Formats: sequence, C-alpha cells, structure tokens
Amino acid sequence: MMKRRTFLAGATALAAPLPLRAQSDPLKVGFLYQAPRDDKGWTERHELARVELQEHFGDRISTTFVENISEGPDAERVIRQLAQQGHELIFTTSFSFMNPTVKVARQFPNVRFENCTGYQRAGNLATYAARYYEGRHAMGTLAGLMTETNTIGYVASFPIPGVLRGVNAAYLAARKVNPDVRMRVIWINTWFDPGKEADAATALIQQGADMIMQHVNSPAPIRVAEENGVSAFGNAIDMSEFGPTATLTSMVFDWAPYYVQRVQDVLDGTWGSGDTWAGFGPGMVTLAPLNDRVPADVRAKVEAEIATLSGGGAHPFAGPLNRQDGSLWMAEGATPTDEELFGMDFYVEGIDGSLPT
Amino acid sequence: MDLLAEILFTLTIASTPLVYAAIGELVVERAGVLNLGVEGMMIVGAIGGFAAAFTSGSFAAGILGGILAGATLALLFGIITQLFLANQVVTGLALTIFGLGISALIGRSFTGQSLETFPRLDIPVLSDIEFLGRVLFQQDILVYGSILLTAAVWWTMSRSRVGLIIRAVGEDHEAAHALGFAVIPIRLAVLAFGGACAGLGGAYLSLVQTPIWVEDMTAGRGWIALAIVVFAAWRPWRALLGAYLFGGFTIIQLHAQAFGVNIPPQYLSMIPYIVTILVLVALSTDAARRHLRPPACLGKTFFTAR
Amino acid sequence: MLRLEPRPERSRVLLWTTPLLAAGMTIVSAYLLFLIIGVDPLKALGHVIIDPFSNSFSRSELLVKAAPLALIALGLSLGFRANVWNIGAEGQFTLGAICGGATALAFYGVEGLWLFPLICLAGMLGGMAWASVPAALRTRMGVNEILVSLMMTYIAVLLLSALVSGPLRDPDGFNFPESRIFHDSAIPPILIEGTRAHIGIAIVPIVAIFLWWLTRYHEIGFSLRLLGDTPRAGRFAGFSENRAVWFCLMVSGGLAGLAGALEATGPIGQLVPGIPVGYGFTAIIVAFLGRLHPIGVVFAALALAVSYIGGESAQIAMSLPAALVGVLQGLLLFWLLIFDLFVGYRLRRVAPAKGGPRPAAETGPKVSESGGA
Repeated sequence: MMKRRTFLAGATALAAPLPLRAQSDPLKVGFLYQAPRDDKGWTERHELARVELQEHFGDRISTTFVENISEGPDAERVIRQLAQQGHELIFTTSFSFMNPTVKVARQFPNVRFENCTGYQRAGNLATYAARYYEGRHAMGTLAGLMTETNTIGYVASFPIPGVLRGVNAAYLAARKVNPDVRMRVIWINTWFDPGKEADAATALIQQGADMIMQHVNSPAPIRVAEENGVSAFGNAIDMSEFGPTATLTSMVFDWAPYYVQRVQDVLDGTWGSGDTWAGFGPGMVTLAPLNDRVPADVRAKVEAEIATLSGGGAHPFAGPLNRQDGSLWMAEGATPTDEELFGMDFYVEGIDGSLPT
Repeated sequence: MDLLAEILFTLTIASTPLVYAAIGELVVERAGVLNLGVEGMMIVGAIGGFAAAFTSGSFAAGILGGILAGATLALLFGIITQLFLANQVVTGLALTIFGLGISALIGRSFTGQSLETFPRLDIPVLSDIEFLGRVLFQQDILVYGSILLTAAVWWTMSRSRVGLIIRAVGEDHEAAHALGFAVIPIRLAVLAFGGACAGLGGAYLSLVQTPIWVEDMTAGRGWIALAIVVFAAWRPWRALLGAYLFGGFTIIQLHAQAFGVNIPPQYLSMIPYIVTILVLVALSTDAARRHLRPPACLGKTFFTAR
Repeated sequence: MLRLEPRPERSRVLLWTTPLLAAGMTIVSAYLLFLIIGVDPLKALGHVIIDPFSNSFSRSELLVKAAPLALIALGLSLGFRANVWNIGAEGQFTLGAICGGATALAFYGVEGLWLFPLICLAGMLGGMAWASVPAALRTRMGVNEILVSLMMTYIAVLLLSALVSGPLRDPDGFNFPESRIFHDSAIPPILIEGTRAHIGIAIVPIVAIFLWWLTRYHEIGFSLRLLGDTPRAGRFAGFSENRAVWFCLMVSGGLAGLAGALEATGPIGQLVPGIPVGYGFTAIIVAFLGRLHPIGVVFAALALAVSYIGGESAQIAMSLPAALVGVLQGLLLFWLLIFDLFVGYRLRRVAPAKGGPRPAAETGPKVSESGGA
C-alpha cells in the first residue's frame, strides 16, 4: 500500500511543476526533538513518522533530525542552524520550542516552520497537534466499564489545558458509563521522571485505583500496574510490551500522514500556514489494539465511541457542563469552540481534589 | 491501616537507593574524602546493573554489574584525587558530568527494554502478620541488604579496628601516616566501597523501582544522598533515617495530592533541602560540635613523598 | 627509582601548557571513543572542532554561549584562589534570572533606557542574596559553604519552577509554565545585527580586566591569594578571613546573578523552568581550565563553548548522541586534573629507600585544597 502510494506520488511529481523550488535538489526537511529519538514515547512517534516520510518521498527529500534539545537557550540556535543549512521545512516537535521557533521564523521568512502543540502562528509558521482528549475520552469509557474499585488514577504532568482536557474528557466518559466512578489525579510537575512516575502510580494504586492513566512519558506507570495486578493505559506509543497483562490499550499518535501531506504541499507550492488539530477522524489519534482481557461487550462500546468521535458526532465536552466549583461552563446544547477548549484551565464538576496553582 | 502499611511499603522502595548511596558516601567522607560525584556513580550503576541483568537474564549479575560500574567510576576519582592529588570538588563534578554522558552513550542500546519484576521475599508466617507483615517481611532482598549494610557500617565504624583506622585517616591523615597507616590505599579502598554502594543504589532504580533504563533516571538523587550524609552528621543510623525522611517526603506528597490536598509541589520539594541547611546550622553549635562535626580532613589533599 | 616531590614554586610554564596538553589528550581519547562506537573519528572531530568557527553566526553563538560561563567562572575563580568554595553558582544564576525577569515583568510595557540596567542590577542583587546565605552561615557559624551553596541551588531551581507556574506565569499563556515574553526595553541591546550576540558579551572583557587588575595590583587580591595559599600566614598578616569569604561570595554571587539576568532577558527572552541548564557547574570546569586567572577564564569559556556548539553540529550532521558533549567535557577535565599534578610537583630520580614518611602537605605548594567545615 505504502509502496504504491510512493510510486504514484513520485510519478505525479515528475510531471508537476515545482514553483519556488529548484527541481534538482531534494527538499530538506528538519526535525527538532526534545528527547532521544527512541524515548519509547512522544519523540519516538515523531521519529517513526519521519522515517515513514523519508521512505514515502525517497530521494526527493532529505530529512535531518536533532534530538535531546532542552528548552533553554540552545533550541533557538539549533532551529536557526537547520534553517541556515537550507532546510526549507522545519518541524519543531514540542511546545517548549514554540517561542524559539517564532523568533527564528521571523528571521527566515522563506523557510516554513511547523510547531507541534504550540499556539503562536505566523505567515511561515503553522501549528499542529492531536486531539488527545478524544483518545482519552475513549479510554475513559473503557476504564469506567472495566474498573472494579470505581477509582481511576491519573498520573499527570503539568496543569496546562492540554493535560486538563485529557483528565476531564476521561472522567466525563467514565462517569457516563459508570456514575459511581471517582478520579484521583497526581501532578508530578515533570514530563519525564520514571522514578517519580512509578511512585505516583503506586500511590494511586494504594489509594484504591485499579485503572492507571498517564499523561507523562515513561512506561514506568505501566510497569507498576503490571506488578500490582491492576490495569493501565499507555501514552503516545503502544506500551503493552511493558505490561502485557496490565495494558488495556494505549493512545498512539500517527503523525506520518500529516507530515507527508505538508511536505507534498511544499513540493506543490501550496503550503500555507494554519492550525491543524486532528483526532480520530483523520487517524492522527488511534488506540492500540485492546487487551484480550477486554470483554466483547465492552470492546463494542469502546469501538462505537471511537466511531462516534471519528465521525464528529457527540462532542466529549458537549453542554451542559459545569466547572468543579459548580459554575456553568457550557450551556445545554452547546459545544465548545476550539478556542474555548484551548483555554480549559479547570477540573469539571465531580473530580476530587484541587488544581495546584 | 492498610493504606498506611502500603505507604510505608512504598516509602522503603523510594528510600532504598538513597540509603545505599548515602551510606557509601558517609564512609568515604569519614575517611576524609569528599566525592561529589555520587550522581555520576549512581547513574553508571543504573546502566551497569540494567545492562548486566538484561544481557545475562540474571538479577544477581545485575546487582554485581551496578556495584562494579559504580566502583570503577569511584576508582577513577580515587586515582585522580589520591594519586594525582587533584582537587576533590572539581573531580567530583567532572565525575558526575562524565557519568551522565557515558551512561547515556552505553544506554542507547538498552532504551525501551524492560526486565522482569524483581522478586520479593515473602517470609513465611511473618509476612502474614497484619500491617507489620506487609511493611517488614514482604520486601525485596536489597531493602534488607540496605539495612544490614547500615548496621554493618555502624558496627565497623564505631566498634572495629578498621573503623578506627578509617576515622583516623579522616581526622588527621598526617598523624595516621606517621603511625604507619597507608593513607592513600585506605582511601582508595574506601572510595571503591562508596562507589560500589552508589552503583548499587543506582541499580536499585533500574532493576527494582522502575525497572527500565532511561537517560538521567537518577534525576538528582545522588545530590540528595550528599545532603543526607550532612543531615546525618556522618552517623550511619541517622543516614538511614535521613534517607527515609527524604524518600518519605516524595511519597507522602504524592499521597496528599491523591487525597486532594494541594500545595504547589515545588514548595514541598524544597523542604528537605531547607531542613538540611538547618541541620548544618544546628551542627555548628558548640554542643553539637564536640560530637557531630565533619571529619577534620574532609576534602583535603594528602601528599607524602613517594 | 622515581620520587614525586613538591616544586619549590609552581611551574608557570606547565600551569599554562597543561590545558593544551589536556585538550590534546581529550582529542586523542575522543578519537578512540569514536572508533569504539563505530563513528568516523576524523569526520566527527571535524564537526566538533571546526564547525563552530565555520560561519559568522556560529562564531557569534560561541560568544553567546561563552558569556555566561565566563561571567560565572570569573567570580568563582576569585573565591577558589582564596579557598572559598562556592559551588552553588547554578542557584545564584537562577536567582539572577528570577529577579531580573521579575523586574522586567513588573515594568512590562514600560519603555526607557533605565530599565535594562535596573534588570541587571536586580539580577546581581538576587545572586548576591542567594550567596549571602552560605556567606553568613560560614562566617558566623562555621558552616561548610560547599554544602550550603549546593542545597541553595536546588531550592532556587524549585523556586523558579514554582514562580513560573504561579505568580509570574503569562496571564495569556493558557497556564503553560512560562512567563510573558519580555518587551523591547527589557532585553539587552544586540551588538551584531542578525545574531544573538548581546551587550552582555561586551561586559565580559571589562569584568575580566578589572578582576585581573584587582587580583594583581590591589591589596584585596594580595590578601585573597595569601589566604588561599597559606591561611595561617594570611591571618597573621591581619587579613580577616570573614571579610574574604564575604567578598568572594558576593562577587561570585553577583556575577552569576548578572549572568542569569542576561541569559533570561537575552537568548531566552522570557522566564521558563528550563533556564538553569548547568552553566553554574560547567563554570567550575571553566575556572579550573582557565587556571583561576581572569584572562585564562575567558579563553577557557570559549573552549567549552566550542564543545557545546561543536557537539551540537556533530549531532545535527551525524546524528551522534547528545550525551557525547558530557563525555568530552568530563574527559577534558580528567586529563587536566591529571596533568596538573606536575604543575606543583616533579618526578625525581632518587636512591631507593631514603628517608621515612614525610608529612609534606603543609610545606608543598597547594595544588588545590578545599576548605573543610
């Protein structure tokens, strides 16, 4: 399948004129990663997509990546070096690269930039992200149906909207199928600290959680769940190898189709800035195959949920919806706009505990 | 009650790496050497242990691998500071920078692998006791090992001739030398012991606590171990207590959050460091000074014509 | 039989050739390391050593990277000479960033030439305040400054994280843990158009020359050296050790704080939790590589900057792991420390079994000795 697509794409490109670009040189595409490329998490998905992208276009493009770049003063220099070395399209795959990307984009108006999960855009700077909350909504349904202790534990990183949407979406889905369900959240204020993630997961299990969800990047919570005989949900990649029994499913991101599309746009001279925020529909968010332990009726319900979300049917945050303090956020019959979703900085009604401020 | 038992159970797991690293560093400092490279030794212990366990399929090999890796790095420190008379503070920092780098380099081929669950001892009969059974008799062998090590170090340092010699070297290396003790070989041996302990502490992280290998997985625990040694005023049992307090802070903070109590976690995380400074201040008072001061030769270079 | 014995005076020739020897040995070790991990050594070394000088932007980035290292190391080397072991420069740097950044945010949108100097001053005061804790505890209660300054570093890093997640968070930033982007009056003027080379880089040589003058010609410099070399003689001569401790910690804290404020407002342009990236610790390497001499420190900072930027180049061009930079820096320091032995000592051929044990630590020149508590 992939091969034929490559072939077809190659054939059309030979015929099509390539405005703005010299035809002979391969298009140079750069990627900036915050973690090692094989981090078994967020960055690995981008790296796999880069490899797929390279295979798709063959020698018509050449891709470069730089890994393990911290959010400090180095990011801007590296992005700039990529731009200076003739990369015409640069993907910076972390929110922490947003401001450095904005700065470099200003200085290189002829280079196209794409920042993942950021919110600042410019004529030559687009943003893209996945609707994680859709994936977490479907996982919440699964957790709500599978839990025996009626307690879901959530190992969370920072209380930013991107993470809060996931917590809220999972809780709302679980409550819909299981009104008695409770959600306990631990914020560990880091994206990545396996020791701390393991400790947090253990604490949640000890407080009665038998479903462990995570919005942190190491597989440590999965391992803890496996050892304690409870269930867990992987993040970013299929984490079932770390806990074959525990892992009910994982939310997996597939960036490849997007990258292929954007590179094609540059080759065709049709690239434009904008924001892409895609979920189950175009396949940017998928769930890894469900664990064999999941009974058929539960499986059917989760699949139905995914189908609804893919088709843009019921919105996970459709009103009426109150904030934790009881105030109204979304009126009956209303669904939030993307801007409203982007500003979500609260727990929805029913979640225990308070947000760290 | 059950929850308390569970919390205490986890607390021991979070604290055990700190116990090993702190006890090792404590002996090193009692011998008058300040090795700030604990973080570096822990991280090479973590990768050394993981690599050995993963390749051989045996946890015993993993433990040995962690010990050897930590001791090797410590000996590098020993050679540079004891034979080449280099400054200990700078060498220790270099050790940490080097250790973090080399472990990441070696660890590349082990990223994303995982080990089986480390076996726990279920001591028959005793482990069935309500509460105490869970906390005391269902741990893994390395937890018991850390407590035995503390006891052994306490006994050695305070009751045995070996301890007397180590302390003599740490208090006044010239006098010890004049009495015919080989200061440098003794310090090298003690350093290797300290490195082995730190390596084992690091290996505990990658073999038992997580059990996976990831870069920088020690995440500052080596520095905490240094703080614990000071907190403990160079006394083994206090170091054990200190490690459990530091470990406990992390765990209790997580439980408090899950219960819904929410103070910004950064402020809670500061407390152990602030307490350590206060302990340093308390140790400096005259009454404390008589019993609890640091070894007099701590961090000083020893040279004799040879 | 060879015997190691102290030189009557430190070898000045070796003092300045050891860094070069160490750099040479590091290159040899790196060559072997590359061979072991299966990388073309010449190509990799070419990227590490030559790329940073290959174009004007890279050269300007060398300066950007070297400036904070040099500023911090200049202050630290003053203290290290006098046996004052401030290893918490990372924390003082962070406090400088916090105070400088908070000042910028307090005057957000206010234009004026006075604002940037005020930010620098705030940064310096922040670094000094952080350094005053180990200073006060050592001078008043005899508490070891190594341990206190280290603990203060961790508190500072956590404080920055707490502040950018709370009071200093960008009100329009969707709860992301970072501050607003500083406005134009709050950021350092750019020296070279189109680069990130800012005014802070020009401050470095001024500070270096001033400190060189201070240590060489001023009474303070003399007393600091004396205290470092022979504490007892220093005290006899009537120099107050306490005054020296305060002086060294205030200078190094202030310079680290200034570096923090410049880094936050310059290359970064906002407060983020990731501002402390280890400059305070790397600066200790820089101080030693620069032989604790103000001018040497400036060159040492450039050398370390090459390792960072060259390492990055090798990463981009050959996909080498980022961890390599740490390995190279560690190796450089190990070699330097090993060769340093021969600055203060020499090997002599002697008849075997001559003389008993000799407590020579007091009589030999102090290569290095850290202060106990």
